[in-house]
This record gives sequence, C-alpha cells and structure tokens, in this order.
Amino acid sequence: MTTATGTPTGTYAPRPGAAPLSRMIAAQAALETKMLLRNGEQLLLTVVIPTLLLVLFSSVDIVDTGAGKAVNFLTPGVLALAVMSTAFTGQAIATGFERRYGVLKRLASSPLPRWGLMTAKTASVLVTEVLQVVLLTVIAFALGWSPHGNPFAVLLLLVLGTAAFSGLGLLMAGTLKAEATLAAANLVFLLLLVGGGVVVPLDKFPSGAQDVLGLLPISALSDGLRDVLQHGAGMPWGDLGILAVWAVVGLAAAGKLFRWE
Amino acid sequence: MRSEPVVQVQALVKRYGTKTAVDGLDLVAGAGVTAVLGPNGAGKTTTVETCEGYRKPDAGTVRVLGLDPVRQSAELRPRIGVMLQSGGVYSGARADEMLRHVAKLHAHPLDVDALIERLGLGGCGRTGYRRLSGGQQQRLALAMAVVGRPELVFLDEPTAGLDPQARRATWDLVRDLRADGVSVILTTHYMEEAEQLADDVAVIDAGRVIAQGSPEELCRGGAENTLRFTGRPGLDVASLLKALPADSSAAELTPGSYRVVGKVDPQLLATVTSWCAQHGVMPDRISVERHTLEDVFLELTGKELRS
Repeated sequence: MTTATGTPTGTYAPRPGAAPLSRMIAAQAALETKMLLRNGEQLLLTVVIPTLLLVLFSSVDIVDTGAGKAVNFLTPGVLALAVMSTAFTGQAIATGFERRYGVLKRLASSPLPRWGLMTAKTASVLVTEVLQVVLLTVIAFALGWSPHGNPFAVLLLLVLGTAAFSGLGLLMAGTLKAEATLAAANLVFLLLLVGGGVVVPLDKFPSGAQDVLGLLPISALSDGLRDVLQHGAGMPWGDLGILAVWAVVGLAAAGKLFRWE
Repeated sequence: MRSEPVVQVQALVKRYGTKTAVDGLDLVAGAGVTAVLGPNGAGKTTTVETCEGYRKPDAGTVRVLGLDPVRQSAELRPRIGVMLQSGGVYSGARADEMLRHVAKLHAHPLDVDALIERLGLGGCGRTGYRRLSGGQQQRLALAMAVVGRPELVFLDEPTAGLDPQARRATWDLVRDLRADGVSVILTTHYMEEAEQLADDVAVIDAGRVIAQGSPEELCRGGAENTLRFTGRPGLDVASLLKALPADSSAAELTPGSYRVVGKVDPQLLATVTSWCAQHGVMPDRISVERHTLEDVFLELTGKELRS
C-alpha cells in the first residue's frame, strides 16, 4: 500500500531510539573535525600561521632568540601557539557561531547528551592538534630541530594547555555574541602570540611585565615546552601548576556561565 | 484520533524578565495533528519550546509522552523530533551531510536518500547550508525532525515563508506522518494550514489558550453562517422568514440579492430552495459561506492573524 504521494505506508511508523553513545560521540567528533578542516579561516589560524612563523623565524634572523639554533627556541613556542589556535581561538569562534546559528540548540534536543557533545568537541580539538603537531614536527626536523627531554612531560603540558585554552574559549563562546567572540578571540590570539613567549622571548620585556606575562597560559605552555624540549628539563611543575589553575578556573566558569542559545 | 494525551500542559507560566510570555496556559494534545494557532508573540514558540525541554516553566506542569521534558530529558529526546523556527545546522555543512549526521544519532533512522528525494533536497548537491534557499533550509529542518523515526514531532512554523508548492509538499509529509501513527504538534499563523492538517486546533492569544477543538467544532462554535442567493428582485422576504427556523434572519441586500443568516445546515438549504420552488423563483448563484478559522479567530481576539 502506498499513500497519495507514493510513499509506502508505514515508512514513518515510529521506531524511536538513541544510537549507542560511542557511535553518537564518534559521529559528532567526525563532523566537528570535518567542519573545522573545511573552514578556510580556521586553517589559516591553526596551520598556516604557525607553519609560517616556524619557517620564517627559523630561517631569517628577525628576533634574537638567544644562544643556540633558532629552531630549537621556536618549535616549542609554535607548538604552544598551535594548541592555543585550536583549543582557544578556533574552538571559541566555531562554538560561538554554532550557538548563534542554533546548532547547539538543535543538538540539545537530539539524543546526544550535552556532555557527549563536549566530549566530541574535545576529541575534535585533540585530533586537530595531533595533525598540527605532526606537521610542525616534520617541518621543525627539516629545519634542523634537535629536541630533548621527557615525552611524557611534553604530553602532559599539551593536555593541560588544551584544557586551559578550551575552558577559556568555551567561556568566551558561551557568553559573548558570535561577532564579539570572533573579534576578541582573534585579538587575544594576536596579543598572546606577541606577549606569550611564542616567538619573542619573555626576557625582551621589562621585568615587571615579565612577571605578569609569565602567568598567562600561553607563556606557561611555551615556557614549559621550551624547558623540556630545548633544555631537557624534567617535569616543569611551575608551568604545569599555572596551566592547571587556568584549566580549573576556565572550565568551571564555562560550565557555570555557558549559555546554550 | 483520541487516546492518551501526548502533550499535557497545565497552568504553564513562563516569564522573560518582566514580560509574561505564557500566562497560565492549559493544553492537552492527543494523538494525530494538533495545531497551535495564534498571532506573533502569542506564546506559541515558548509553549512548544517548554515541551521540547528548552525552557523551564516558571509555574505549572508540562508532560510530554508522560515525561517531564526537563528532568527526564534523556529519556524523552530520542522519542521526539524537533524542527526549530530557524537555524540548527552548521553553516559549512551540506544538507545531506547534516541529515546523515542526525540520522546517525538515532538507532533506527529513516532511509536518508529516500527522505532527501521526498523533500526535493537532492538538488542541493555540495552547497553549504548558508547558501541554500530559505525553502531548502526549512525542508532540511523538517527532514532533521523526522529522520529519527520519532513518536512525536514538533514543528515550529514549518511552512513560514515557503512557496505554495513547497508548502503542499510539507503538508503531504505531515499527512503521511499522521497516517503512520506519528503525532504532530505544529505552530502556525496560517489558518489554512490548521484547517488542512489539524485534528485539533488550540487558539493561543496573549499566552493563554482561548479556544480549542477540531476545525469544524471551532467554526461551528463561532457566529452563525450565511447563505446567499440571487433571484427576481422584490421577493417576499417576510414569507421566506416564516419558513425558516426561528433564530434565522433574511434580507434583500440589493435588489435581487438575498442573504439568509442562521444555522446553515442541509435542512436550511432545503427549506430555502423549496420556498423558492413554491414561489416560482429560480435561485441563481446560491452559495453557502461557512465561517473559516480566520473569522473565528477575529471574533475571539479582535485581531488580524497575519500580523
């Protein structure tokens, strides 16, 4: 039997049910990653700018990066920048517009729970970061990079840095208008790029400013990565501590203040 | 189609700041299609979004499929389909990509390709959501609401801004959903839509339900209906009136043009035509004007609906 429109009777008969959680989260993470990689402005932030900075500043002597090869100073800073560009800037802008266009609202009435959506977003950020780290590491090696240190310390720094920047990015996306988030996230990216020890050593700033700048999450991440990768230090507890505080404060504030529509 | 209510709203109050959007609203919707009809700002969207679990009532209770939409959201969400008034799609996503994604969140989704074809979304190709036409965006939102094979679908102004052809396609889908046992709650400010689709209509104004019933009941319950005919000028209206039921009236409006107002039913029509036959009158252009929901709405609220 068919209806007047030719659709077989029973086509729409209810058969509700949520997909298994793991399948929902995997699908959500895959879609978020696809959206991110398809977005030209996002790629500029997450791939083009860090790559250009690494190549340019390593090959041309623009900033005095202290003793040793410039690439050994720059690579940890650019890795920190890559984490910030994805977890903070990219995530803030994307989430801000998802909120503005009702995507978060629509997903909120789907079977995917909110924590599942946040898990998927985190997974998507981590996948993007892995791609960034692989790309930047390959380029750095080509430029003669010779890293030291404990890979576990590096991993811990990257994870805590991601948590800290995600909290701040989501806080911004969940409280400001999408346009304001777009402007503010880019501005913060630029300011922290200059003042966060990414390509310009912090000791180029006046000592009073250094103390304050050193407490920024980007400075803690770039300094910690540099301590390990350039100087072969063990666990950079101070920097890990700063990142942990930012992560707790940022994620708690985002959790409390985030507005879904 | 009456059975266990799918939606039960009691004394719902919802305020935004000092503005009261919903003011003690009661609504019971059974299986089938229920239209929530009212002018802009009447509280339709707030009511529906409270049922969808988006808003917490300031007072009153809401039950959807027997569940509390806020506290039992996890249980309710897989069983309902939601079409928002606008948006809901990643700006960079293609129509088929987004629909496939929503399908993946459900255990037994519809055949996505068939649904795309059914709603004429196949031509969207690789176009991103933001470049789709308004009608395509609407149809995608509709598809996303039904793809998970829900028991109950909420459609918030599903045909607002659609061209007549796309509107018919949407109506056809709603009829098919109903035929397959899916309940539908739709908000609209198109009278015709409510008359065409709904088993039950709730008229909302200023945050309250001011009338509820089937389209026929509502139209019947309103003021009386009208029968008009033309014939020879100067007929004996008083004699006609005598033949009619007591609560009717009859008048010659312009020479040769007559109007009967009253409870217009087959009996009354027969009375008028047999009176004409007895008086050797050929009633020309005989017409019955039934009250439309639009008239009912105007009577109830004194307002134009399409504000």
